[in-house]
Amino acid sequence: MNTKKGNFFKSKAGIYWIMVIPALVWMVCINIVPMFGIVMAFQDYNPGKGILHSEFVGLENFRYMFEMKDVSSIFINTIVIAVFKLLLNVAVPVIFALLLNEIKNVFFKRSVQTIVYLPHFISWVVMGGILLDVFGLYGPINGVLTSLGMDPIAFFRKPELFRGLAVGTDVWKEFGFNAVVYLAALTGISPALYEAAAIDGAGRFQRMIHITLPGLKPVIVLMTILALGNILNAGFDQIYNIYNQAVYSTGDIIDTWVYRVGLTDMQFSLATAVGLLKSVIGFGLISGSYYIAYKKANYRIF
Amino acid sequence: MVEKKTKGAALLKVFFALILVLVALSCLLPLVYNLAVSFSSKAAAEAGKVAFWPVDFTVNAYKEIMKEKNFFLSFWVAVKRVLVSLAITLPVLTLAAYPLAKSKKEFAPRNVLLWIFVFCMLFSGGTIPWYITMKAYGLTNSVFGLAVCGGIPVFNLILMVNFFQEIPKELEEAAMIDGAGPWRILLQVVVPLSKPVLATIALFTIVAQWNDFFQGLVLSTSAEHYPLQTYIKQLIFQLDTSQMTAEQIKQMASMSNTTLNAAKIFISMVPVLCIYPFLQKYFVTGITLGGVKE
Repeated sequence: MNTKKGNFFKSKAGIYWIMVIPALVWMVCINIVPMFGIVMAFQDYNPGKGILHSEFVGLENFRYMFEMKDVSSIFINTIVIAVFKLLLNVAVPVIFALLLNEIKNVFFKRSVQTIVYLPHFISWVVMGGILLDVFGLYGPINGVLTSLGMDPIAFFRKPELFRGLAVGTDVWKEFGFNAVVYLAALTGISPALYEAAAIDGAGRFQRMIHITLPGLKPVIVLMTILALGNILNAGFDQIYNIYNQAVYSTGDIIDTWVYRVGLTDMQFSLATAVGLLKSVIGFGLISGSYYIAYKKANYRIF
Repeated sequence: MVEKKTKGAALLKVFFALILVLVALSCLLPLVYNLAVSFSSKAAAEAGKVAFWPVDFTVNAYKEIMKEKNFFLSFWVAVKRVLVSLAITLPVLTLAAYPLAKSKKEFAPRNVLLWIFVFCMLFSGGTIPWYITMKAYGLTNSVFGLAVCGGIPVFNLILMVNFFQEIPKELEEAAMIDGAGPWRILLQVVVPLSKPVLATIALFTIVAQWNDFFQGLVLSTSAEHYPLQTYIKQLIFQLDTSQMTAEQIKQMASMSNTTLNAAKIFISMVPVLCIYPFLQKYFVTGITLGGVKE
């Protein structure tokens, strides 16, 4: 028995197993074990009693959830914000990549790229704080407005402006980084195509429409499909750092609501139930989008 | 390239360049604004007189930071957290990615294992069960806890698996014929060839760990355990004047310190700003490799 075991750990397969074990331990302890906490969604969880001894209430939390007015509005807010982010987070980076592609000066190109990557690397805590100040009543934007004789606007306190600001600032923060895949795809388009088109008399715009865009199409389709799976992820880090009570009606998303109800108000079971609903739907959407990407764009994760 | 240089085309090019310059500027201006506030006098900053250039230039804010013990504590927590997480993430992912990059014939369970990892990337128990589990593990107020509590970074693991799969098999086969076992091949053949993917993952890990505030917030029971971003988050509640009445703002202004906060925010950005330009060429290869496979 002992020698057999020793042999296994010296065999190739045994060594491979040893190599994956640390990663498996990490995954099981941190990723998998909390999944069992999902039972809380079906309990009246009491921190004093713990998961093992709390009372089971069946689907009571879900019933309660669907009766709450909040819940439909957080799902709507989440989906609206996420869909606009999804569309613009593809469109804007593509337009940016096309513009940058027209510039031939390497130094200029590099400098612009390095600068537009920058906001991606700044946390939403910091970026949110700075943006709240820039758009604040005493910030430079209201400074411009008042100098033009207009009344200052409390941008981040207006429910009707909040979604636009959330989408806009997210797209602005990430477009540079999101453009990386498109810029890479652009370098893969053969220059011979452009030369041939130029000889045939195609102008700059025609070349963009007939060569560059078709060249980018597979990547655009793929990125859009993959993004579709994230329709329930409107970006906790961002929203949490820029929203406030005045804009809950349009800006409160599932994740921020779960955080407030669960960890601030201590309604663990209700928050877990909503979180679970989101996780299950989200998992279905992402799996579906990966499957479509695999079928349509021959995309494989590994 | 064959192209007639017309006046219109040249103008268009200038126009494109102009748009790009404006776009790039827009990415810099918020940071410039913050920097300008940090170097302005308190009075000017609180009266909203500062735009993109310091008013009444002073380095007082930076001198005042020296007296803030909690700022440095949090900075140190964040530095330790980044280092610990690098020390865990890079070896664990490298070790796991090597066998997982093998074919099913060489390592039978690779597909099953990879799908389990992908499942963990796409599905989670949600915030509340996660929080309760971390608390049960006793991972509160601990740097190790902050480094591992996000779970295994599956996206980075898959990035690495994909990279390893691209390494020509002949290199490994040659080493094998020379008598090298899996450990030796991994350490002396694969790892030295993996600089781009290791640099990419190191950058992603550093940025994710440095920029996280949420885990730091819920897993710390007192302010001295806060990592830097969580510390900054507490300041911003005070910074955000848009949520207050004029009366409250006056009251806050006497207590909070706009320029000091701006200086702290600026310092919190410096480490990441210093690293990313140098790793740019790596993460571009890293992402395109992981994101798009034809």
